[in-house]
Amino acid sequence: MDFVVPQNIPPIATYRVMNSQGLIEDESHAPKEVMHEQILEWYKNMLFVNILDAIMSDAQRQGRLSFYMVSTGEEGITVGSAAALEPDDIITCQYRETGVFKQRGFELPDFMSQLVHNKNDPGKGRNMPVHYSGRANTGVHAVASTLGTQIPHAVGAAYAMKVADLEAGKPVSRVAVAYFGDGAASEGDFHGALNVAATRDCPVIFICRNNGFAISTPTSEQYRGDGIASRGLGYGIESLRVDGTDIFAVYEATREARRKALENGGRPILLEMMSYRISHHSTSDDSLAYRTQDEVEPWKTRDNPIARLRLWLQNNDLWNDELEKSTRAQIRADVLREMKSAEKELKPPLSSIWDDVYAVYSGEQLSQRAEMKRMMMKYPDEYDIDEYEGGIEAL
Amino acid sequence: MLRKAHKCYGSVAKSISLRRGYASHPPKARLNIPTDYASTPLLHHSAKSSLANKELSNEARNGTTSRINLFQAVNAALAYALRSDQRVLLFGEDVAFGGVFRCSMNLATEFGDHRVFNTPLSEQGIVGFAAGAAMEGMRPVAEVQFADYVFPAFDQIVNEIAKCRYRAGHNADSMNCGGLVIRMPAGGVGHGGLYHTQSPESLFTHVPGMRVVVPRSPVQAKGLLLGAIASNDPVIFLEPKILYRAAVEHVPAEPYILPLSTAEVLKEGKDVTIISYGTPLYACQSALAAAEKDFKCSVELIDLRTVYPWDRQAVMASVNKTGRCIVVHESMVNAGVGAEVAATVQEGCFLRLEAPVQRVGGWSTHAGLAYEKFNIPDVTRIYDAIRTSLEY
Repeated sequence: MDFVVPQNIPPIATYRVMNSQGLIEDESHAPKEVMHEQILEWYKNMLFVNILDAIMSDAQRQGRLSFYMVSTGEEGITVGSAAALEPDDIITCQYRETGVFKQRGFELPDFMSQLVHNKNDPGKGRNMPVHYSGRANTGVHAVASTLGTQIPHAVGAAYAMKVADLEAGKPVSRVAVAYFGDGAASEGDFHGALNVAATRDCPVIFICRNNGFAISTPTSEQYRGDGIASRGLGYGIESLRVDGTDIFAVYEATREARRKALENGGRPILLEMMSYRISHHSTSDDSLAYRTQDEVEPWKTRDNPIARLRLWLQNNDLWNDELEKSTRAQIRADVLREMKSAEKELKPPLSSIWDDVYAVYSGEQLSQRAEMKRMMMKYPDEYDIDEYEGGIEAL
Repeated sequence: MLRKAHKCYGSVAKSISLRRGYASHPPKARLNIPTDYASTPLLHHSAKSSLANKELSNEARNGTTSRINLFQAVNAALAYALRSDQRVLLFGEDVAFGGVFRCSMNLATEFGDHRVFNTPLSEQGIVGFAAGAAMEGMRPVAEVQFADYVFPAFDQIVNEIAKCRYRAGHNADSMNCGGLVIRMPAGGVGHGGLYHTQSPESLFTHVPGMRVVVPRSPVQAKGLLLGAIASNDPVIFLEPKILYRAAVEHVPAEPYILPLSTAEVLKEGKDVTIISYGTPLYACQSALAAAEKDFKCSVELIDLRTVYPWDRQAVMASVNKTGRCIVVHESMVNAGVGAEVAATVQEGCFLRLEAPVQRVGGWSTHAGLAYEKFNIPDVTRIYDAIRTSLEY
């Protein structure tokens, strides 16, 4: 009677390409088909995320923004993995994937208009900051705060794409990708998603950002098994654990996962990217209430994705202190300028209160819109609507 | 230990409103002014006022008070429950360090990890686990971090917690969820957007078997929570998150239980009855104060406190007296608690009614961030409903 004893099974190894000094240990794993321009773009995108994060979380403290979430330490996971996907791939994510949006073409005005919920926000000012909407241009589903709900969506999307391709007589060539954290992987939706993906052979990549925390809950209280990568085995899914702070490992692993996911008509792949949540959970959290500064500090320098790629770039004469300084200054100036101009814009029109609930307005909604207009006209001093595009005429 | 950085959902700094940010009001507004919690008659601003509450236990009425906010009142209730009954457990996401709204501060330290603990991130797991513990005789208090996230637990709530006593039949006493309380922060806070603003209470009123409670203040929260934990029926306890910090009052230091399924008349009147629960009561108070001055009328204000099973007697008695009825709630009008109250009132008070029963609620849409102040019933809309009712 041989019980399978999890404690006796060695933990799944972590795939790494580049060490902390920015040196690639095994040249056979060096990124060969990637051009240096692309790697420089990754680096600048990571810098963008990092600087945007710093400025916007300060802006929240100043009251210019209601809320913000930072992804310090995880820029490599999001930028590196998104860089390995193709334009027609579909992505669902959690809320700490700013790097995915940036890598996929979400531009500074898009970010900023969402953050200050002005009339240019692709999401029409409906969601909290960092809950970006950009499906049409970036292939990334609009972000929700609910955890784990996005995971089965990627499975369904993958299946839909596979069926569409098969019906059209084309090879299955697109994948769907779901990003989620170590905490979200405890939700029931995670388990449902993996099981359906496996039994229906869906070309989907599950990318778990294991950053060690779910608000105050460390992974030691989140699960007893060997992280999230070990769960793939239970569902019959090939899995890999990756050093999330090594952008080359992230890129290579995602590239290979994509290739595997499209084999034989499609199958799911699970990637667990290890990192550390250097930031607080959000601007509503003070993580020093549950961890010490001593614990956090080393991660800012030791296994930091930006610092490591910078070392690699410098080792390969592609970067230097001067470029670092000027690039950071440029990004900073761009962000500040965009924030100033975004704040001056009007808010979305008040009709957006009822648009898009249904494909077409319901009778009830039309009468409510008229009712609100009536109230605003009857009590004009009680409502300040000039900051909404179109004012009362938009109703 | 309160940290300066904990500018949680409930705090609206004056400096922010000066910058015309996300919590400002128009300069000439007379009605749509943010509630002044420091002076509202709905809170007890003195020990004397607080201890005069006839619903308090003798112990509480003869004791002292402390001036605390809603999360501190919840914390006090939980501490008393854990201290006085070994069967009480408290768990959920991030409960151990104090909770994202500070409701469980210091409780893990005082009562230990086997009674106050973090669970993995899974509402269905948390609530199902709570159901099992309750059926074994424990009195678990399960925390769902935001009401917006209760939905994975709906199966456990509707099909198990609400039904296990019933389906156990003669075995009901050995297999029920009496003693189970599911607590969750709910309601608008000014910047919660689609997923930190929801008020799903009416969804729970369409399934029998649980009591659904919404406290309006720290005094009410402490007594109703203790009442919920002591109840032999499972209770869904929705805490208005904006009131966690904003509502501060003198709360009796000694324990006391407030009755479930009993409404409270907050203010007597003879011309119009307003029925509400939770945060909108404060807007109702402001609206009726202006209406009484402007229209020389007298308004009766009732807090349902438990929205199901709700206190029909109290409501009907009031409307039979005044002849006019308005129901106010944050969640959308269609199929809200107001719909049930309105239907019951028109059935029971039809010939007495001087005007149709009105409902002032959220519009039939989602809680979009940029539009929250237009969605949630404001003082002006309630004031206008009073006027319409009087002029009918």
